Amino acid sequence: MKLHEYQSKRLFSEHGVPIPDGGVATNPGQAREVTERLGSPVVVKSQVLVGGRGKAGGIKLAQDSDEAESYAREILEMNIKGFPVRKVLVDEAADIKTEIYLGVVLDRSARRTVMMASSEGGVEIEEVAERKPEAIKKIIIDPFLGLRGYQTLQLAKEIGLGKEQYRSFGRTARGLYEAFTAYDASLAEINPLVVTEDGQLLAVDGKMVLDDSALFRHPDLAKMRDVDAEAPAEREARQAGLSYVKLDGTIGCMVNGAGLAMATMDIIKYFGGSPANFLDIGGGAQADKVATALRLILADESVKAVLFNIFGGITRCDEVAAGILEAFEEIRPTVPLVARLVGTNEEEGRRMLEESTYDLMTANTLVDAAQRAVSAAE
Amino acid sequence: MRHKEPFPRQSREDTVTVLVDKETRLLVQGITGREGEFHSEQMLDYGTRIVGGVTPGKGGQKACSDRVPVFDTVAEALKETDANASIVYVPARFAPDAIVEAADAGVPLIVCITEGIPALDMVRVRAYLDQKGSRLVGPNCPGLLSPEQAKVGIMPGHIATPGSTGVVSRSGTLTYEVVYALTNRGLGQTTCIGIGGDPIIGTDFIDALKLFEKDSETEQVVLIGEIGGTAEEQAAEFINEHMTKPVIAFVAGRTAPPGKRMGHAGAIIQGGTGTAADKIAAFEAVGVPVAEHPEQIADFVDQRHG
Repeated sequence: MKLHEYQSKRLFSEHGVPIPDGGVATNPGQAREVTERLGSPVVVKSQVLVGGRGKAGGIKLAQDSDEAESYAREILEMNIKGFPVRKVLVDEAADIKTEIYLGVVLDRSARRTVMMASSEGGVEIEEVAERKPEAIKKIIIDPFLGLRGYQTLQLAKEIGLGKEQYRSFGRTARGLYEAFTAYDASLAEINPLVVTEDGQLLAVDGKMVLDDSALFRHPDLAKMRDVDAEAPAEREARQAGLSYVKLDGTIGCMVNGAGLAMATMDIIKYFGGSPANFLDIGGGAQADKVATALRLILADESVKAVLFNIFGGITRCDEVAAGILEAFEEIRPTVPLVARLVGTNEEEGRRMLEESTYDLMTANTLVDAAQRAVSAAE
Repeated sequence: MRHKEPFPRQSREDTVTVLVDKETRLLVQGITGREGEFHSEQMLDYGTRIVGGVTPGKGGQKACSDRVPVFDTVAEALKETDANASIVYVPARFAPDAIVEAADAGVPLIVCITEGIPALDMVRVRAYLDQKGSRLVGPNCPGLLSPEQAKVGIMPGHIATPGSTGVVSRSGTLTYEVVYALTNRGLGQTTCIGIGGDPIIGTDFIDALKLFEKDSETEQVVLIGEIGGTAEEQAAEFINEHMTKPVIAFVAGRTAPPGKRMGHAGAIIQGGTGTAADKIAAFEAVGVPVAEHPEQIADFVDQRHG
């Protein structure tokens, strides 16, 4: 789950990271009030969960409260890369001398939390990794010892900070790491972390991604989820315990298991079709789950055919077939359907589907099923 | 053929050839839960020797139609039984504790089926296990299956048959699909290892490849990867440097969009890394054939084999 800039910076600040004074506004009048409280100039920043806000015109420097109000009005009407702007953050403008990058991530191959810093702040870290990888300095953090003082000093020196920043950098780095662990993040990032003209450090932008599996420990943060950032179908799927990702193709897929669901999408593409979604219905064969999944798939108007690919392991194919037929009672699909059930009791499952009154093609192999679905969708 | 260096022997040697066999004496943590009891019955029916179960507060009871004694703690179970492996079916918020408890009691092989364990918990658990010397398989995995010897996990036993192909995978049903296809072609398996779909896991591809390389029964290996992380790229490097047995690969998620989690917590393309294209290129660069779809895996194994 991604957090907005204003949410991330607030959490960082609670752990001792210096952030600019600012306030959130949902209308232009509020933006004016915040600006009057802060004093000008201010930066008006759209709060959307997508990169490239600046380039899209979603971040503006305002010289006075009139300008802040009019920029806020403009930005609050924007839609950035499909994300509607509902809030702006009005921050005191910083006197920027240099910009650095500071981030904490979970490094899968090191199996550790890693802190990264770079003198190349203000641009996406992926871009730096591509263009100038030697500019990214990393330290690996021991999960039992935590971040140590010598490590932050080492980072500060490596990215070329002056002696006068060593202590404040250490404090900021420690705060960021504490926020990362306290909230079970998979990413906590300050970009840029600026050095101001008077030598202070200030987290001008912040980003945090939380581990969905750990949200049970953080009910307050779970409530911060921005529902606008999710497609409505993805939200419904999440609430129903299904894993669904909308794609832009024409063949709806219903599969049990995430790996098999991806392999099913891939084989559709291999035979010249295009998958409309990723969908894992998980274990079991409950009709209500199948029905919800089918409803989600068919709500997508670009879907021209649906492919069911079920591997019956512990779950039996005849149970899954019963679930599919029961779901059809509720949702009467009007597009061509191809079902491939394989594994335990596959003959029985296939027979049930073939004998039903629904117009359903069955297939024995995944190759056969994918080819049928591709030609049905054409 | 290019000379391959044998991989360095590790101090932690396994007591069984490829993790589980007839000598496996299993403990089930969470045996009285719905999942735990159901799969324990299935494992017993397959012939796996389950010597005990653990559920805190239920010590002294019997589970699985009176077939398995239940203990309160792993340490108590180890006093009364000669268990040499443990499987964890405990819910996510208690699973890290269960794994650490088993390692602390000295269980050498721990398989964790549980999905949804917080990643930072797994960082600590994994670091602790490395100190203790226990091997972990999973979490968020289907477990292990050595056909006609032992089933430790949730894989459907009847789809597998004994043979000479080792299978290692980050996935569940996709693994079954491949194993089933192999079996239907008369291509049996030595052991099927589900390493799990989480970002932080115990046994990884390289660990599994080492086991298969060393195992005298295994003649070739099928490796089933997916998007996310760089485990496949690292496996390709290892294959190039250390494997003398042929490896056939598959990578799921060629059509997966970036930035979206595809079911498994670990299956996500982030910051341009973890794409299927990169992984496929890494395998092909070291001469590992990559199947286009699951059924083609069996074709490739058949060709190598025949």
